Amino acid sequence: MKEIALHILDIAQNSLAAGASEIRISVEEDLIADRLRLCVEDNGKGMDAQTLQQVVDPFTTSRTTRSVGLGIPLLKAAAEASGGELRIESTPGCGTRLVVAFQHSHIDRMPLGDLPGTLLALVVPNPQVRWQFRYNVTLPGVGEAHSFTFDSDEIVRVLGDIPLSDPDVLAFLRAHLTEGIAALQAECK
Amino acid sequence: MTTIKSLEDLKRVREEALAKRKMKTEAGGKRVIVGMGTCGIAAGARETMKAILNYIEKENLTGVVVTQTGCIGMCEREPIVQVETGEGSLVTYGRVTPEQAERIMREHVTGGKVVTDLVVPV
Repeated sequence: MKEIALHILDIAQNSLAAGASEIRISVEEDLIADRLRLCVEDNGKGMDAQTLQQVVDPFTTSRTTRSVGLGIPLLKAAAEASGGELRIESTPGCGTRLVVAFQHSHIDRMPLGDLPGTLLALVVPNPQVRWQFRYNVTLPGVGEAHSFTFDSDEIVRVLGDIPLSDPDVLAFLRAHLTEGIAALQAECK
Repeated sequence: MTTIKSLEDLKRVREEALAKRKMKTEAGGKRVIVGMGTCGIAAGARETMKAILNYIEKENLTGVVVTQTGCIGMCEREPIVQVETGEGSLVTYGRVTPEQAERIMREHVTGGKVVTDLVVPV
């Protein structure tokens, strides 16, 4: 997986599998500190210390915990290879928070990739979850971060019983996410 | 430049969708399920999902629910797409590229005819 956006899709699957009803995703491009940070936070069932250990280490993953998979160890390796790190904190019964950081300017840092595509692929098939997304860019010489935010709760509330996979709703979501993210990136050029 | 879609736009979308739904008799609950485990994602499931959503948007297809599942134990056949039609039958397709996803949407979901050459035995 050569895109941060694809890893977001992968990490969020763990939150879904943990039965989360709220998933918060934040992407922060901090050009002052030269960091790119990604955080995925959920209110799912969480993990105990032993499981947490297994999640980040592919070699202790046994057959019975196979669902843990390779996604996170590979992301951790990619982060560490580009001047960053990956941390997971979890409380059984409360939720999990994964933070991964990269050196923004590092030559090996993977690109952000298709963020609107990932969000669409998460939000539409999982309308039972409240998805909150925040994308920040902090530029040198500017006090405040530019940001784009998305909250599926607002969307679902307006729509009522119209499903997210309605063609007109899909067109709306696609335009909203694509234009919002592109506008932020254009602002920060 | 186009303006960013607002919640006001969304309210209008809702009104239009409601009106359209009234004109239509219920489409009979079709479900399209995409495998989104690490294996699926690594094999290109996001692009397959995008192709399905694009098709719905482009063809103005209502009454289709798109959902997802995790790894179902056939990682080598990912991306996997399953189609469930009103009659309660579940058909599993394997190695579904975006182009093949479009074909499944056209021939099976819309046309009601199973795309036999892409079916995997479960």
